[in-house]
Amino acid sequence: MAHSARRDSPELPDFSVLKRLARDQLIYLLEQLPGKKDLFIEADLMSPLDRIANVSTLKQHEVDKLYKVEYKPVVSTSDQLCFLIRPRIQTVKWVYVVNADKAAGKFKRYKIIFTPQKFYACETVLEEQGIFGDVSTDEWAFYLLPLDEDIINLELPEFFRDNFLEGDQRWVRTGGSALHLFHSIYGPFSKVYGIGRCSKMVYESWREQVKEGEQKARQAEVGTVFLIDRDVDFVTPLCSQVVYEGLVDDIFRIKCGCVEFGPDVTSSDKSIKVMLNSQDKVFNEIRNEHFSNVFGFLSQKARNLQTAYDKRRGMDIKQMKTFVSEELKGLKQEHRLLSLHIGASESMMKKKTKQDFQELLKTEHSLLEGFEIRECISFIEEHINRQVSYLKLCPLSLYFFTGLLPKDYRSLKAQYLQSYGVDHLLTFANLKQLGLLVEQQPGETLTVMESKMGKLVNDKTAGKLTDAFSSLAKKSNFRALSRRLSLVPKSDEEYDLRVPRDMAYIFSGAYIPLSCKLIEQVLERDGWTVYNGINHLFQLAILTMSFIASDAQRIILVMFLGGCTFSEISALRFLGRERGYKFIVLTTAITNSARLIEAMLDNHV
Amino acid sequence: MMKSKADEEDYWNSSKFKAFTFDDEDDEFTKLKESRQAVNSICGLVEEEEDEDEVEKVSWSGEPVGSISWSVRETASSLREQSFPKIDTTPSLPKNSSGYSLSSLFKGKEGEREMMDCADYVSDWSPEETVHRMQQGKAVSLEKFRSLQEKLLLLDEAVGVHDGNVITAVLIYLKKSLSKEVLFRELESRQTALRHFIHYLTESKEQRLLLELYRALGRTEDEALLQYKEHLRITDENKRRDFLKSCVSLPFSPEDAGHVQDHYTLLERQIIIEAETGGKVEIFQKFPRRASILNMPLITTLYYCCFYHYAETEGTYSSPANIRQTFRIAEKQYFVTALAARAKLKAWHDVDALFTSRNWLGFTRKKSPLSFSRVADILSKNNAPVQVLQEYVGLVDDVELRVALAQKYKCHFIVISTYRDLKDRQLLLGYRGKVERGSEEERKIDELLSNPQIRWKN
Repeated sequence: MAHSARRDSPELPDFSVLKRLARDQLIYLLEQLPGKKDLFIEADLMSPLDRIANVSTLKQHEVDKLYKVEYKPVVSTSDQLCFLIRPRIQTVKWVYVVNADKAAGKFKRYKIIFTPQKFYACETVLEEQGIFGDVSTDEWAFYLLPLDEDIINLELPEFFRDNFLEGDQRWVRTGGSALHLFHSIYGPFSKVYGIGRCSKMVYESWREQVKEGEQKARQAEVGTVFLIDRDVDFVTPLCSQVVYEGLVDDIFRIKCGCVEFGPDVTSSDKSIKVMLNSQDKVFNEIRNEHFSNVFGFLSQKARNLQTAYDKRRGMDIKQMKTFVSEELKGLKQEHRLLSLHIGASESMMKKKTKQDFQELLKTEHSLLEGFEIRECISFIEEHINRQVSYLKLCPLSLYFFTGLLPKDYRSLKAQYLQSYGVDHLLTFANLKQLGLLVEQQPGETLTVMESKMGKLVNDKTAGKLTDAFSSLAKKSNFRALSRRLSLVPKSDEEYDLRVPRDMAYIFSGAYIPLSCKLIEQVLERDGWTVYNGINHLFQLAILTMSFIASDAQRIILVMFLGGCTFSEISALRFLGRERGYKFIVLTTAITNSARLIEAMLDNHV
Repeated sequence: MMKSKADEEDYWNSSKFKAFTFDDEDDEFTKLKESRQAVNSICGLVEEEEDEDEVEKVSWSGEPVGSISWSVRETASSLREQSFPKIDTTPSLPKNSSGYSLSSLFKGKEGEREMMDCADYVSDWSPEETVHRMQQGKAVSLEKFRSLQEKLLLLDEAVGVHDGNVITAVLIYLKKSLSKEVLFRELESRQTALRHFIHYLTESKEQRLLLELYRALGRTEDEALLQYKEHLRITDENKRRDFLKSCVSLPFSPEDAGHVQDHYTLLERQIIIEAETGGKVEIFQKFPRRASILNMPLITTLYYCCFYHYAETEGTYSSPANIRQTFRIAEKQYFVTALAARAKLKAWHDVDALFTSRNWLGFTRKKSPLSFSRVADILSKNNAPVQVLQEYVGLVDDVELRVALAQKYKCHFIVISTYRDLKDRQLLLGYRGKVERGSEEERKIDELLSNPQIRWKN
């Protein structure tokens, strides 16, 4: 709120065309099944669909009834069924209604629309179930959902797990296609920087698609592009968020740009859903602020509002009339928003004091700095002992990540399993596989493993495995990396959160997100020279590609592969204001610590 | 369809869209039909009903279509470029040629035509071309990759272009056309492909094959974990228990084997405890259970036993002491849980006993493996009365923390006595204003302030 943008900040492009494009394609697909039809929509597609179309749009195109895909028998009397789903084997298996209808001798028409694309594995399911051909399939190339004027979301949370945990590259081409679509509307890009394996693959896929297609010369609206893998920086999403928007996401979970505030916020008996974006004037001013500043701002705002209302005292009829017709509506709107955000802030304050939030933050900061590790362990232990929701145990992962002694590891794991169930053995296996859990090992163990694995490797990607080992080493090198890049500002200086001096303000001045720091450094030095000093800690694929010169270089697209947090978006907005850039974030999903840990869970059928 | 043809042609000709063209299909509609039949006969299967689709499609015309193609065209022209790279999804493409061969899966209309027109050189596609076509969703025939070497070249090519979708498609074909032994052997040296295969088997729930794969690769721990995971599917608790028992001998790491053993013992124990919920026992009537204890974590079970079975002797399976011993629960963990359970019941006497220890002279004193500030915290969350709370707040060593807690929990006497110990007259005077007028606390403060024996430091 206190910041004024630099005058030379460029304007953001208009993304509404993306919505129109997606909507028109969907309508086109629906028209391919003429006549009345029932539409089954996958649960996690409902919100994205809501952002671009509404029921009346669907009704206009002869959609009769709408259902949610719920993995239970279909009750529909329509003779045409259309399924709008993500390309997942499980969902396709569920479409067994066809078999039942077939057996009953009923003739119906079925169509599956996969979005954003179909996978061969899904079609194999149809083939194996003997309904290939009875069901027609289509693709709805709905890649880019603009959530705000500077956020575009692919809404593919599974990208993270599939790519980084399972090692499945099925979304690589999707990423390439998304970038391609963006490029064809807002490009051509002048420079592309990337870091991480997946970034490199997405880049190649995009280039491939550019070659296949044809690009007309046009005025570029976006110049510079960053591609960044989530596993380049796991620390940032594991930290508790303290910037307003991030905090709201941590506590209430923002879903597709929308949040549901319960009765404790609305101080009535009902919940309301609120869109959180730059259209909300009050929210827009506080979203990037450290939470400690928000209260003061809101109360100031409330006082101003009161003054504005008070104006009508002593007005004559004519003035009153103007006031009502011109100002009152705006004031009422502001009043509504203000009371909502005040309610939300209060509710968050209450929750956070209950959970010993201060202590949690202190522990996180100590872990980041590498101080007072014993205290951190006992804090974590106490949380485990008290069975505090395991999703709030991100300091644990953070601790794992920054490296821990085998003795501590075994003891914490045992206590964890006792508190949350032995089936979390599967979670631990996943954390280990992902590289989120780093047991400090003596050097030889790593070498033994490396040579053992080395024998297994002789295919084209052999080199990649070396990458994996380097990144294994890199992870326990977090502290060295953090020193090298000064991610943790010196703690002896007072940090004024009201006048942030760097991006660290998003974590109360305790830590600059690695992802954003890399971007800052590359922009500053016009290349990866920052990397030269740290490559021994951090051996990942990096790339720099220059294409044509363009005027739009100060408009920067940052594509996060595997998700990004609201805190990172706030940090980039800050960087943009400071340096006169405009950042557009293109992410596979919005993530936070809870979502990251949830993606690792396997203790369900 | 014919009616809309002009529109379509117009549109596709005016757009820069290259990959697919509708007019191809329309122009050669009948030819295509013949082609398809030819494809089907190649595959050895022709189905008759396929025309139904087409017949319906021909009648497809009219207002709504016009308006949509108009808007699609509008958007397209505003975007200039190939705005819908994937809209080629061929509405009128006959989809119902039955597919017993994988190739039929991968057909797109263009490929199909080519396949027919150029049936002879279909088999000439290199692995590279094949993979490229698959990436674009075009028709390919994988059947021609028959020798092991060709299959592997194809796989390596797919891995080389980093398209997981295509890698999996090739693997599905290899799975069908290679023996397990050969496939596993080849995957062992291809980590990327292997991970795709494992993920595919996991998603399609082919447990047995996946287990075989792990075994063949010597990945015993993965094998054990996968097998262990199966218990989640078993709903009957007795069957689940028996299954867990069988898991104990799986090739886990020694550490994990211990955890799995505990899992089995715990469920066995829970089944016994669950049977003891007799309606006669008073506590179950007073505090009816909200849920069954089956399949709950160990600490929840301990809490449950501290709640419902606290006084039982160590010999019974449900006594907290027995649970503590069987599962080697850490002292601190035990105390936290017992404290929470007894505090919930407001059994302050039990709380007191929990922390009271007697030394050899018979003096009692309070001892706790967790900090007294934490004890006070837990007690206050359970609405403990001030009399109970102040006992523990008073034991907090750190003076500042003690005062802060005492103020927070309104343990006035602790604040007062701490200020007295600090000989801080000013603070005590200040605190006088915070206690209720005419209260015992106020009297106590006055008494102290007027006590001539205290040497105040201010």
